[in-house]
Amino acid sequence: MKSKRAPQPQPQRPLLLRALRDPGAMAGFSDAEWDLLLRQTLAANLAATLGLLAEEAGVLAALPARVRRRLGWARTVWERHLRAVDFELLKLQAALRETGLPLILLKGTAYAAAGLAAGAGRLFSDIDILVPKAQLAEVESALMLHGWAGSHHDAYDQRYYREWMHELPPMQHMRRASVIDVHHAILPETAAARPDPARLRAAARPLPGRAGLYTLAPCDMVLHSATHLFSEGEYHHGLRDLFDLHRLLCDFGGQDGFWAALPARARELELARPLFYALRYCTRLLGTPVPDAVLDAAHSGAPNPALLALMDALFLRALAPPHPSCADGLTPAAQAALYIRGNWLRMPPLMLSRHLFHKAFLSPKTEPAQ
Amino acid sequence: MASLGQRALRDRLRGPGLRLQTGPFVTCVQSPLAALADSLGVMYADYPVLEEGSLADFHVRLSGSHGLRRLLRPQVHFHYDGMAPFQPLPLGQAFPMFEWAMNWCVSSQAHSWLVIHAAVIEKEGRAAILPAPPGSGKSTLCAALVNRGWRLLSDELTLVRLDDGRVDPLPRPVSLKNASIAIVRAYAPAAQFTRPVADTVKGTVAHMRASSDSVARAMETARPAWIVFPQWRAGAPATLAPVTQARAHMRLAENAFNYSLLGAAGFHAVGRLVEEVRTFDFSYGVLDDAIAVFDSLLREDA
Repeated sequence: MKSKRAPQPQPQRPLLLRALRDPGAMAGFSDAEWDLLLRQTLAANLAATLGLLAEEAGVLAALPARVRRRLGWARTVWERHLRAVDFELLKLQAALRETGLPLILLKGTAYAAAGLAAGAGRLFSDIDILVPKAQLAEVESALMLHGWAGSHHDAYDQRYYREWMHELPPMQHMRRASVIDVHHAILPETAAARPDPARLRAAARPLPGRAGLYTLAPCDMVLHSATHLFSEGEYHHGLRDLFDLHRLLCDFGGQDGFWAALPARARELELARPLFYALRYCTRLLGTPVPDAVLDAAHSGAPNPALLALMDALFLRALAPPHPSCADGLTPAAQAALYIRGNWLRMPPLMLSRHLFHKAFLSPKTEPAQ
Repeated sequence: MASLGQRALRDRLRGPGLRLQTGPFVTCVQSPLAALADSLGVMYADYPVLEEGSLADFHVRLSGSHGLRRLLRPQVHFHYDGMAPFQPLPLGQAFPMFEWAMNWCVSSQAHSWLVIHAAVIEKEGRAAILPAPPGSGKSTLCAALVNRGWRLLSDELTLVRLDDGRVDPLPRPVSLKNASIAIVRAYAPAAQFTRPVADTVKGTVAHMRASSDSVARAMETARPAWIVFPQWRAGAPATLAPVTQARAHMRLAENAFNYSLLGAAGFHAVGRLVEEVRTFDFSYGVLDDAIAVFDSLLREDA
C-alpha cells in the first residue's frame, strides 16, 4: 500500500490552515494577510487557540500590535471559560458523589480538565460525561436534585433521546444555565456501528491531581473525537474539531505504544472508518506527523475508491475555515450532502424518514428568537 | 473622511469597505445603501479613514433586502463578517442600526478594557463617568455638557484601561431619544443632528455629531475623577448625594459589560476606579443648573 503523503503544491491553501500547520509562519504575514486571517480565525472559533499557538511558537511578540490585542481579547474569554468549567466540574462532582460513579469526561471538557494541548484556547458550550446505561436514571435524578433540569419536553423528543440516542436530553442548570450532556455511549442506539461503551469505561484513566475525574484512554479519546466529527451532520466547527484531532495525535504520538495500538483499537471498537478519515484529513489539511505504518494499517477502514473521491470532495470543503474566503460554488452542496449523511448514519432509512416527517410536520414549532 | 469626497466614500462602502477609525478601533464597513453612506459622510466627516489592506478590528456589513421584500417592506440587515447577530430592522433605521452595531462590536469583544455602559466627558484632563440605565437622562446631560465646554469621550461606552485605570476616548455621535431630541436642539442650535427616525425599539432616535475637537483629540486619554449617576426629574433642584465606595463598586459592576468576564482584572479595575474618584447620585431638572454643578466639581477638586 503506497502512502499518499507526498506534499502537493497548494498555492491557495487558506491562511488559517497555513498558520495552524506552521504557527511560526505567522511572524511573516503582512497586515492585509492578517486582516483576512483574523476573519477566518474568528469564523472558525479559533482565535484564542491561534494566540496560544503563536505564543508557543515564540512569535506572539513579533505580531502586529492590533493582532496581539485581538487575540488577547479571545484569550480573556477563554480564560474565563476555563474558570467557569472548573467551577461547574466541582458542582457536578458534588451532585454525583452519592452515585459513587467515576466522573468520565468527554470531548472539550476532558481536554480542558486534563490540560491537554487540544484544550488550549478551545471553547465549548456543554459539559459531556459518560455513565453506564444502567445508572442513567440515578444520574438524572441526582442532577435534578442539584438544579439541572431536562429540556426537550415534547413526548416525541423524549422518545427520540431515550430510546434511540446515546445521551439524555441536555440538562440545563436553572440558576447558572450550565448545560450537561449525559452520554451512555458514543454513537446512537440506532446507528450501524455500536462501539461497546463498557470497553471505553473500563479503559478510562484517572486525571492526576483531580480525584474522581477520569478521561477516556488516549486511543479512545482520539477515536471518540474522530467518530463525533465524521458522523456529524453540521460542520460549522469542522476545522476546530479536526484541529482537536491534530493536537491529540501530536500529544499522544510521543507516548510508547500509542501509534501501534490505535488502528487495532479502532477495529476492536468498529471505528476503523472514522479513524481512516481522521488520519487522512489531519495529514492532508494540517500536516499531522503520522507514521506511514499507521496510515497503512488504518487504510483497512477506507471506503471504496469511488466513494472516497466523493467523500474527499465533501470533507475537504466542510473542513475548510467556515468563511466566505474559503468557500467555492460547491460548498453549500457539500454541506447539504453531509447534513443528510449525518442523519443517515444515525438511524436506518425507514426510521430516518419517519423521524424527518415528524420533525417537519408534527413537532410543535418553536417561535424564532427575537 | 471629508477629503475622500462623496463619490469615493460610496465606492469604498460598496466595494472593499471603508476602514473607519473611531478611538482605538478600526472598523471595516461595507454597505450598498446610499442613505447610510450620506449619513456616515456627515456624522463621521472628521474621522480618520485608513487605506485598503490595513488591519481592521471589526468587519461589518449593512445591506438591504432582496426580492419582493425590497418592494414591500424593505429592511436593513446587519452582518458581522458573515454572521447575523441581530434581527433586521426597517430600512429607515439603517444609521441607528449602524451605531448600535458599532457599540455591540466593542462591548462584546474589546476585553483589554473594562467596558462600562456609561457616558464619559472630560475637562482639564479629568473625566466624569455617567453610568445610568436608559431613561435617566444620561445622553441628554452628556449632550448638554459637551456643548458647554466639556470634551466628549463617549456617549455610550466608557473604556477604562486595565493597566493604569485611565479612560481611552471613543468619541462617536451622541444618541438622543424622544423628547430629549428637541431639548438638545434648542440647547445647542449650532450642533449638527441626523434626521429623527421614528418607531425604533427605543422610540424616536436622532444622533448629534461629535465635535471636531473631540474627534481630533481622540488619542488624548483622561484620568477619571468623578462617577456621577444622573437621574432627571421634572422640576428637581440639582443635588449631589455622595455614594459609598462599596455601593459604587456594585453599581459600576452592574453597568459594566465585561466585569465578570474579566474576573480578577475586572474586580481590581473597578476597585481602583472607585478609590480614585468621588461618586455621587445626581438628580436634576434643568440643564443649566446641572452644568453649574459639574463646573463646581471641577473647581472643588482643582
